[in-house]
Amino acid sequence: MSDVRVSHGPRAALATRLLLVSLLVALLILAALPLYLEEFWLRVGFSIFAAVIGAIGLTILVGTTGQLSLGHAFFLAVGAISYCWLASEPSTLGSRHLGGLGLPPLLAMVLAVLISGIAGLLFSPVAARLRGIYLGIASLGLVFVGQHVLNSASPLTGGYNGRRTPDFSLFGFVFDDDNSGLKVLGVPFGRAERLWYLGLVLVVLAAWFAYGLLRSRPGRALRAVRDGEIAAAVTGIDVTGYRARAFLVSSMYAGLAGVLYALSIGSVAPESFTVEVSIQYLAIILLGGLGSVGGAMAGAVFVIGLPLLLEQYSESLPFLAEPGSGGVTSAEAAKYAYGIAVILFVLFQPRGLAGIAYALVRRRRAAALRRGDDGLPPDGGGTAPPRGERASAGGTADVDAAGAATSVPVGAPADATSGG
Amino acid sequence: MTTFVSLLVNGISQGAVYALIALGFVIIFKASEVLNFAHGSMLFVGAYVTARLVPSIGFAAAVAIGVAGTALLAVVLERLLFSRVGRGTGLASQGQVAALTIMTLGLDIVIATDLTRRIGSRVLSLDQPWGTGAFSVGGVGLSYNRLIAMGTAAVLILAFLAAFRFTGWGVALRASAEDAEAAALMGIRHWQVSALAWLVAGGLAAVAAVFLTGSPTPGLDPSIRTVAFLAFPAAIIGGLDSTTGALAGGVLVGVVQSLIAGYAEHLQFLGGDFGGAVPYVLMLAVLLARPAGLFGTRELTRV
Repeated sequence: MSDVRVSHGPRAALATRLLLVSLLVALLILAALPLYLEEFWLRVGFSIFAAVIGAIGLTILVGTTGQLSLGHAFFLAVGAISYCWLASEPSTLGSRHLGGLGLPPLLAMVLAVLISGIAGLLFSPVAARLRGIYLGIASLGLVFVGQHVLNSASPLTGGYNGRRTPDFSLFGFVFDDDNSGLKVLGVPFGRAERLWYLGLVLVVLAAWFAYGLLRSRPGRALRAVRDGEIAAAVTGIDVTGYRARAFLVSSMYAGLAGVLYALSIGSVAPESFTVEVSIQYLAIILLGGLGSVGGAMAGAVFVIGLPLLLEQYSESLPFLAEPGSGGVTSAEAAKYAYGIAVILFVLFQPRGLAGIAYALVRRRRAAALRRGDDGLPPDGGGTAPPRGERASAGGTADVDAAGAATSVPVGAPADATSGG
Repeated sequence: MTTFVSLLVNGISQGAVYALIALGFVIIFKASEVLNFAHGSMLFVGAYVTARLVPSIGFAAAVAIGVAGTALLAVVLERLLFSRVGRGTGLASQGQVAALTIMTLGLDIVIATDLTRRIGSRVLSLDQPWGTGAFSVGGVGLSYNRLIAMGTAAVLILAFLAAFRFTGWGVALRASAEDAEAAALMGIRHWQVSALAWLVAGGLAAVAAVFLTGSPTPGLDPSIRTVAFLAFPAAIIGGLDSTTGALAGGVLVGVVQSLIAGYAEHLQFLGGDFGGAVPYVLMLAVLLARPAGLFGTRELTRV
């Protein structure tokens, strides 16, 4: 995907401002949701937040840097288990001894993310020697070997039984149901509500950092590595170094996602982090569009949200059956859906949802440009913005519905001329 | 010593089956540059079709239909899905590789979910006519299933290697893998080469599945898919673009796994159930020393 952006002067500035405003509105809505939604939805939301963070990390690695990784589940596991170990007090249950450092949860979270990052760095010498497909299978090895190691280290991980996730707390404020009777605008704020805000804040930070990274010099270097390692090396990019750094960043994201996953489930076992998890994350970023941060969010909503939704409503959906009855259960229906979606997207829309959005925006923008620059009267008559004053508003697809409607007829030819 | 020989023989026989799977994996990769993660599902399809047909039409006919059906399915998938993903001339770009690989994963999810649902918690029997018996020579025991597996694998592998070396398709496949563009200019129809490769790979997977579900395994259950995850490292250890490598890798994985399982009580320090992880440990070790595998061609880049 080409990332050259043509600046349209004040037009672009306005578009950016509108984008910011709509982002802010979306954030406000997300922040207000716990006041209205039931606990179930908040739990779904928190699972999705966790997946979004993990998917952003993977899309930086696979989409932007072009390093195929099936090992994401391992880094999630490292993050989740490190957090549990760091934040728990040591305990003995019967003959089972579980170690723990009893650190403050916030510190444990930060350290867990760092430990995942180190795990990524340790793998990067292997990754540096391998390309494309070989790397994919080598990272698959990480999942199998890692699972074995983690299962064997039972004082750390709880082995096959797993261990409980210690509650998160921030300067004494516990993210769990407590007896404080905390209410906001009359709505009791329990575990689900509190965790929702934790997830939201972390997602915003994660996305913000990723946007910054991808738009800056390192981001361009990573794309150059993806598009041609030799060419990148010739222009002075330290290819091995950047690949290692991509692994570092990606596994840190995965570690944070692992911590949130542990919090959302309430307990972790190495058994949960199978190849299937890695595949799920690959499906998320592919559906969203490889290399797109926004796409990773959309993909996570689909892949993680869908099974939970289908499960919740399985009784009222006629095509779903009870588990064990031989029919299609909700979990299976969700798997069919995202498996088939992945195939269809690779066939017909390999750039994913982000590709669709990008094409739409570009088409509208081109149409608006042509309308503005050619001085042609817009066929929408009075509804279209007059030239000069706010003509650029018609260029942003998501805001000015009237301008958008008028731009449809000229979309196709304009598309060909704006070979951005 | 007897234990060692016994473990070795059992490992080789199991490795021969892995080699069949890894071989198919490598052929597909050579012909169409696709890393087929849906290979586990092909095993599954072959075994499932055979298991369902055995009660009504008998073992031999069921296996024939199972193998043919799986081979056909593989070709249909290749034609319908993989050949349609727009591939630029020359090498597939990094993003393309990722997209294609993820597509095979998506396919694997769909097929495996469907068959798992159909099987449920049952264990289907393929009723191999050689039964569950075993024999023993000088204290070295082997099940008939494993013995026949080894023989069949040897025959199939020899036949394949001969075809690979002497037939027109074999030459075309090697030429295509070497340089797709030049091969096309020489009049080699890439789609034929590719379709035939998928056909062969699907058939080999189905044959392997017949033996994987035989003694000492109780029968067909969804875990058959995981065997493919042992064949991937086998293919990589040998070198993804090397047929000989696939055979060596398969046997190596089988033998090491058998030895690890056999001497488990002496290997407690490695942790329980190390057998599942050992192919990958081997693979990572080989990759660190020789990134292209034991027999793979080293990738040279010229500017």
